[in-house]
Amino acid sequence: MTEQPPPDAEPRRSPLHEAHVALGAQFTDFGGWLMPLRYGSELAEHHAVRSAAGLFDISHMAEFEATGPEAGAFLDAAVTAQASAIPVGRARYAMLLAPDGGILDDLIVYRLEPEAFLVVANAANREIVAAALAERLGDRRAMLRDATDATALIAVQGPRAEAILAALPGLAAADGTPIGEALHALAYYAATPAAFDGARLLVARTGYTGEDGFELFVEPAAAPALWDALLAAGAPLGLVPAGLAARDTLRLEAGMPLYGHELSRGALPAQAGLGRVVPAGKDADFVGRDAVLAGPPADAPVLVGLAAEGRRAARAGYQVLEVGGSEPSGVVTSGALSPTLGHPIAMALLDPALAALGTEVEIDVRGTRLPARVVALPFYRRPVATD
Amino acid sequence: MAELKYTTEHEWIDVDGDIATVGITRYAADALGDVVYVDLPTVGAVVTAGRAVGELESTKTVGELFAPVDGEVVEVNEALATSPELVNAAPFDAGWLIRVRFDALPDDLLDEGGYAAFIAGQAGA
Repeated sequence: MTEQPPPDAEPRRSPLHEAHVALGAQFTDFGGWLMPLRYGSELAEHHAVRSAAGLFDISHMAEFEATGPEAGAFLDAAVTAQASAIPVGRARYAMLLAPDGGILDDLIVYRLEPEAFLVVANAANREIVAAALAERLGDRRAMLRDATDATALIAVQGPRAEAILAALPGLAAADGTPIGEALHALAYYAATPAAFDGARLLVARTGYTGEDGFELFVEPAAAPALWDALLAAGAPLGLVPAGLAARDTLRLEAGMPLYGHELSRGALPAQAGLGRVVPAGKDADFVGRDAVLAGPPADAPVLVGLAAEGRRAARAGYQVLEVGGSEPSGVVTSGALSPTLGHPIAMALLDPALAALGTEVEIDVRGTRLPARVVALPFYRRPVATD
Repeated sequence: MAELKYTTEHEWIDVDGDIATVGITRYAADALGDVVYVDLPTVGAVVTAGRAVGELESTKTVGELFAPVDGEVVEVNEALATSPELVNAAPFDAGWLIRVRFDALPDDLLDEGGYAAFIAGQAGA
């Protein structure tokens, strides 16, 4: 176990902190980490990711390594995904559940080698995930290691992400494949080992923006040089550094849930539309399985997309009501004026009786009832690549 | 143009006779982030110093506009309805918010040095 600071300690700093200061970043405390909120205009950063590319420091994310002959069996029992069935080099979205099916965290599980897995968790849930995994490991022949402090994580997101990485001097695929070829062949939710100027790197085609993109896992000491090289190689292609403010509006447009907003200890995955996180064929027992198979009560709130007109956005915590209703029928979990679409969008946990597409509802925006309509998620889907 | 006055709500006031032009400071605009919607009082509204009279919404947060003086709103910046980004681009100029005909100025307004010291104190807090 890695040592954790007490809750009132100074927030942790990313290995890239000095680079952010030099870029004039405005910082925010996120999950106990001091991370860039924006470098200039978060709208410009958002649009850059949709049209070209953005560079994100997401080193606050927590990483756990599970290794050993029974690492797959261990994760099968610990999380919703069937880890032992993930092909080497591929990843799956998964959830860590409580015995009652409540969501402790959402995760990405990568299989790096037959007996080596990488689990990426949310910064704010690091301790909860560490404790749950350690408990669920039991006496299996596997090792669990919290690698958060030994890992920097840089995301390159946007339609030009592949071209930018292909143009990065010093980046090489571990197996000697020309890097452009290796990147082009890398599928969504796949990862491949690489090197950057002698430092080992894991290049994953994953992200949290709704665009094509990559996440680069690298040792902290090598992160600043990689960050600077990416900015230099990417700037001619429109790459800009982007902060958590843009990351949040990007993921909201893409209908991607954020733990603490759409996902929580009090909700089952199916309520967030994520019943699919349990593979249909998974026969291994795992914590929360009975609750997930039983499903939530028929009247449990479900996650919906809401769209409105005008420019006033609903925010997390605002009540959603039936048209003319007096009692709240739901609550907004995330909301913003969509920078890409130009109108307000929100996700909300809503009474299933109102959740049908097209249903008109009202949102209480600080005392004013604003009309909204239930729409399909995601709000934004990137254009299909033509190559 | 007379020297600007400031409030601890991060508003600036430009006084011309009995008319006060009001906006938010660069510090406040930067803290809000990109302003995407501005809700201003109507012309003719009577406002009371210290009371909220409008809202500035950014992508991430909502900030309230407080009336810095007692008086009557005589003009609002109509350009902000379609170009709220002016608040970020030119908070002391094209991003002004309202003009108020006032009876008397509060005596707790800050001058530039006082406001700078106030900001410095907040940053260190």
